[in-house]
Amino acid sequence: MSVSTLGAPARADSAQQPPPERKPRRKLPDLRRWISPLAIVALWQIACETGLLPPDKLSSPWTVLQAGIELAGTGELGDAFVVSTTRVGIGFAIGAAIGVLLGIVAGLSRWGNYLVDPPVQMLRTLPFLGLIPLFILWFGIGEEPKIALVALGVAFPLYLNVYAGIRNVDSHLIEATTALGYTRSERLFHVVLPSALPNTLVGLRQSLGVAWLSLIVGEQVNASSGLGYLINNAREFLRTDVIVVGLVVYAALGLATDAIVRLVERRALRWRAA
Amino acid sequence: MASGLTVEVRGLTKKFGDRTVLHELDLDIAPGEFVALLGRSGSGKSTLLKVLAGLDTDVNGSATVDGKVSVAFQQPRLLPWRRVWRNVVLGLHPVVGRDVAIKALTEVRLADHADAWPRTLSGGEAQRVSLARALVREPNLLLLDEPFGALDALTRLAMHRLVEALWQQHEPAVLLVTHDVDEALLLADRVLVLDEGRIASEYVLGHPRPRELSDHIDVRAKVLADLGVTERASA
Repeated sequence: MSVSTLGAPARADSAQQPPPERKPRRKLPDLRRWISPLAIVALWQIACETGLLPPDKLSSPWTVLQAGIELAGTGELGDAFVVSTTRVGIGFAIGAAIGVLLGIVAGLSRWGNYLVDPPVQMLRTLPFLGLIPLFILWFGIGEEPKIALVALGVAFPLYLNVYAGIRNVDSHLIEATTALGYTRSERLFHVVLPSALPNTLVGLRQSLGVAWLSLIVGEQVNASSGLGYLINNAREFLRTDVIVVGLVVYAALGLATDAIVRLVERRALRWRAA
Repeated sequence: MASGLTVEVRGLTKKFGDRTVLHELDLDIAPGEFVALLGRSGSGKSTLLKVLAGLDTDVNGSATVDGKVSVAFQQPRLLPWRRVWRNVVLGLHPVVGRDVAIKALTEVRLADHADAWPRTLSGGEAQRVSLARALVREPNLLLLDEPFGALDALTRLAMHRLVEALWQQHEPAVLLVTHDVDEALLLADRVLVLDEGRIASEYVLGHPRPRELSDHIDVRAKVLADLGVTERASA
């Protein structure tokens, strides 16, 4: 079967043309997977309306939605969102810089490995959320202990994955590029770091998950602003609707950052088997 | 180099601990000469290749190469995160354009795979990219470290013809390390047998190209005997 196109010039060497890389069309989400979640929300609503779930234990989905709209309207939710996101952002930046830097030092240099890896591996076994009392003594109850907690939680998964990624670089590729005349720094940037990228992205996803968790714990301790403050304050007044709004926002933020990393992964790791 | 040789090795000795892998080895390769180096496992042939590639400098004696060296290894060793054409120009400083890569890929008949990722290539295709990468540098010495060892028999035959054609076109000196006797007899001007770090025997092959497997049947028996393989009682 052949289709001829009128007026199209015959290509002497059609093999030269790179095959177009077409992505497989994304399938529509299977609607059947939505049945049970929607049923659970419906049951929740019914339980609240029949008095089975009193509002001081759990507010109905409808009340939660209204509370969310109200909080968004007054700007309270927006302010809390900005404060909490800023804490995670700063903490993550500090922790990621430390984790990646230590991972590179320990992964690349023999002495770095001797000096950096043992203390990091020891500290890693500490339950870092248990450090809150110390952090309060060290940093007080302002922004610092929350940011420090996030930074600490972020640093370990990134360190471990960057370190492993660099250690597992294929020595054959190092040898091949050395034979091609690559200098040490060229090998670092063109071979070692790219081959550590898949591991690093795994570490990034783990550390972002830990970042939100650390923030939530940190904000429970003592906060005069942010989502944690919103939730704690609501507890005083038995406003379970506001508490749920705060939790939903936390969840949405976690999902959003995870989605961003996935997007980065898909773009940066195109060369790997799908 | 005053001698006019592409490779000049004098008294090359390499030890790993107590074990002497290369023993006072001398080797000359003339410009454009195709030399095959045969030897059993552990005879030191890969070590010699690494010394010539500049990957092992911890040796005694001298090994001088006049001009540029390229290596193609048994595994193609392409960077998986670079598209095929970028892998081809990997060894060029400063990084040159795509057209140079396309030209080199055309010689190994892979121009249509220029934008593919290495993982999508077959073993033979990846090995051809590796050859293109080695040749695009216009080396004076091309080192081939069992480059066909991991390929299936049919692909290997096609690769022999391709390497011969590329060698005739670019005219580098070639050192082919292999343990395939037939491959050496098909391709080389000169066959060396390495044994315990010394060149045990040397055969100059005069037959015109392209050769058939039967062209050097007499040499084949001798080489196999050197390698410790006796064919029936007749050898």
